[in-house]
Amino acid sequence: MLSLTIDGKKVEAEAGWTLLDTARQYGIEIPTLCYHEAVEPFGACRLCVVELRQGNASRLVASCVYPAEEGLEVHTASEKVNNVRRWILEMLMSECPASQEIKEMAAQYGVETTRFEINDPEQECILCGLCVRACAQVVGANAISTVGRGAQKEIGSPYLVPGDACVACGTCVTVCPTGAMRARFERVRGVPSVVMARSVK
Amino acid sequence: MQATAKDTTELRLGSLEELEKLRGELRAAEDPDQTRIIVCHGTGCVANGSPGVTQALKDALAAAGEQVEVMPGIKTTGCHGFCSRGPLVIIKPKNIFYQQVKPADAEEIVQQTIVKGETVERLLYKLPQSGEAVETTEDIPFYAGQERVVLKNIGQIDPTKIDDAIRAGAYAGAAKALTTMEPQQVIDEVIKSGLRGRGGAGFPTGVKWNLAAKHQGGQKYVLCNADEGDPGAFMDRSVMEGDPHAVVEGMIIGGYAIGADTGYVYVRAEYPLAIKHLEKALADARALGLLGENILGSGFNFDIRINRGAGAFVCGEETALMRSVEGKVGEPVPRPPYPSDKGLFGKPSVLNNVETWANVSRILDRGADWFASLGTEKSKGTKVFALVGKVNNVGLVEVPMGIKLKDIVMTIGGGVPGSDRFKAVQTGGPSGGCLPWEDAELPVDFDSLIAAGSMMGSGGMIVMDDRDCMVDVAKYFLGFLEEESCGKCFPCRLGVPRLRETLNRFSKGEGTIEDIDDLYSMAEAIKAGSLCALGGTAPNAVLSTLRYFRDEYEAHILEHRCPAGVCKDLITYSIDPEACTGCHACFRACPQNAVSGEKKKPHTIDESLCIRCGMCLESCKFGAVQVQ
Ligand SMILES: Cc1cc2nc3c(=O)[nH]c(=O)nc-3n(C[C@H](O)[C@H](O)[C@H](O)COP(=O)(O)O)c2cc1C
Ligand code: SF4
Ligand code: SF4
Ligand code: SF4
Ligand code: FES
Ligand code: FES
Repeated sequence: MLSLTIDGKKVEAEAGWTLLDTARQYGIEIPTLCYHEAVEPFGACRLCVVELRQGNASRLVASCVYPAEEGLEVHTASEKVNNVRRWILEMLMSECPASQEIKEMAAQYGVETTRFEINDPEQECILCGLCVRACAQVVGANAISTVGRGAQKEIGSPYLVPGDACVACGTCVTVCPTGAMRARFERVRGVPSVVMARSVK
Repeated sequence: MQATAKDTTELRLGSLEELEKLRGELRAAEDPDQTRIIVCHGTGCVANGSPGVTQALKDALAAAGEQVEVMPGIKTTGCHGFCSRGPLVIIKPKNIFYQQVKPADAEEIVQQTIVKGETVERLLYKLPQSGEAVETTEDIPFYAGQERVVLKNIGQIDPTKIDDAIRAGAYAGAAKALTTMEPQQVIDEVIKSGLRGRGGAGFPTGVKWNLAAKHQGGQKYVLCNADEGDPGAFMDRSVMEGDPHAVVEGMIIGGYAIGADTGYVYVRAEYPLAIKHLEKALADARALGLLGENILGSGFNFDIRINRGAGAFVCGEETALMRSVEGKVGEPVPRPPYPSDKGLFGKPSVLNNVETWANVSRILDRGADWFASLGTEKSKGTKVFALVGKVNNVGLVEVPMGIKLKDIVMTIGGGVPGSDRFKAVQTGGPSGGCLPWEDAELPVDFDSLIAAGSMMGSGGMIVMDDRDCMVDVAKYFLGFLEEESCGKCFPCRLGVPRLRETLNRFSKGEGTIEDIDDLYSMAEAIKAGSLCALGGTAPNAVLSTLRYFRDEYEAHILEHRCPAGVCKDLITYSIDPEACTGCHACFRACPQNAVSGEKKKPHTIDESLCIRCGMCLESCKFGAVQVQ
């Protein structure tokens, strides 16, 4: 067993647990968007960041991928942590304005509006990649993937070539933290072929 | 007679002694006082026509025939660093330096210099201030201020000939390490030298090796990062093109030190000459028994493969690079696990930069104490910089760590055209920051640069003058990073474009002073929250310009004015009636027909038609066009 502190509270973790696993074991809330028990953690959304302090040094790590280590001093809701969450959520509000889930989460952090330009008012997908990982790791179908890089990134069939690997199992819909996959799935249900879920165009 | 490649084709070196014997023979076969002609065949000079110069020199020598007592050899080498003056021809042993040589100059060089021993005045380099011509490489401030450790052979040896490299000392360090030292002794030597990684972060190289070496036995890898994605940077390319054996040798030493039998060089596919020279170096080293099984009879087996990168900037990040070598998508993954524990193919791995590996060869050859005598207390050795922008001597320079910023830009670089100071120097590539003239005395080393809000990065150095707008510069680097972000993690994918959006508003004269405070907070979130160092350093462009050029930001926001005259929405062009001669040049240059006026009478610009392209400004020979 490893001993560490989370928000001042002494906790114990088994080797191999992440900081998120450990916090959840003790009922300490850490928000997540790209994490799901069913698939490998990805460390992408960074909403789950926590602050590690050691003397005067401090840094943020993603709790869903960072392993529990002996003696760590973890803070899950410090000002530094909340600053990251607030900015990510405000930027998501302009990136994915159609997502009710994001709006609700943002409101919890006091973010009610966004100062940034809205590119696509219909957009819901936050590009957390959960659907892709679930389809690959749980279903084994590999019917969808992320395509492209950076701000041009999309979710679609591999290489954006329509494929027939989708078995219409709906797993992607279940793991999707926003309504994005649901909306798309309505369109393709019964037609097991995957086109685009999120397009920047 | 010179020993030629033919002499060594059959040879396989089985021990340190055999290598040293070969080196001795090669050195004895070359008379150091003999006249030799060196022609730069680096990428820059080749682009400027140096192969034609080489051919013309050969023809001229043949034509001179009997007139030449001892036929000088012509050697083609890698980049001498002074590409802006290329094609370069250097006559040994006096090091007579001819610049901007054309094929038509060949005959004169042969007749004057080779036959009569006189210099061709008009081909010499002229000091920019006094106009005085100087004769030799050593007299040129661009070279005189340098300290060449990594680049010592470049421009001296033919990079496609292993004989030439061995004559210059190649593989002495590797031979010493493999045959006379234990792996741990090699690591300790590198730690003692104080060498820190030249690829960006400046992590102590030997310490990194120790982390991988502590895993006993099993498959391990060493890798060379030759992705060199920074815009304008070409240090690593020049090393691979000009002295590929230095990299190969360093990797052999690293492989031995950590217990790896395989190395990978990850080089961008846009570097065909570097790849060609590396491939040749690997083949020649293999043939001589310097790579492969039982190197120099030491019992150590090691070989190197080349991996061509697709050219994405993020693939230079270590975890992304390893995924890319594995054939996966080149996206960073969270650490831990660290590459020293689980790197390439899940095995303990060490990744170092091209320049780092070249330094390793030098350290093992000349010793840690010698290396540690160069540089500052915490930054040992030298650093190669690609000096570009508003500076007289554009090129590649190697300087001791701790040299003053001013000495690089104003002395070696020859200063800023039309000004006695620079406005800013951008260091560290897209991850770095801009330093102002107030930092001219700053010692250039890892820690001073970080403290000043920039970083060493891999060695880009862009000089800027009063016509560069700092808001615009920050926007440029953010734009680059936005394009190159892999898009995996949210702070970087979302944050970099939104930083740019905010700066865009500033350059339109929109925005409030409160926006600056928000920028700081947002930058902090992106730095602290991003998965890899691309996002983690992306806000530096904004933060460093805000730190030193806040007035310029405020001028945009509060006064709707761009002091450098760059941001189109904030400037107007006008013509000074006193200075205007009515020459009509701007009238013809303007694509919008916004200029009107009769010949020989002062012209005017119609602001409503002007698109602020600046063509009139460029065209006016009388300085009458003004930007406000
Ligand atoms: C986005 C990004 C791009 C990078 N590009 C390069 C590169 O082109 N060349 C390089 O040597 N290091 C690059 N690095 C640094 C490497 O990740 C790594 O730190 C370095 O290669 C280690 O070698 P060193 O210790 O010898 O410096 C990059 C890092 C990041 C985050
Ligand atoms: S519905 Fe199709 S795309 Fe979604 S998880 Fe199942 S197979 Fe994959
Ligand atoms: S569709 Fe849903 S699960 Fe898939 S990336 Fe978008 S938000 Fe995530
Ligand atoms: S910081 Fe940028 S480049 Fe790095 S993982 Fe995140 S999105 Fe990709
Ligand atoms: S939940 Fe940890 S990074 Fe997304
Ligand atoms: S290529 Fe000749 S000096 Fe650089």
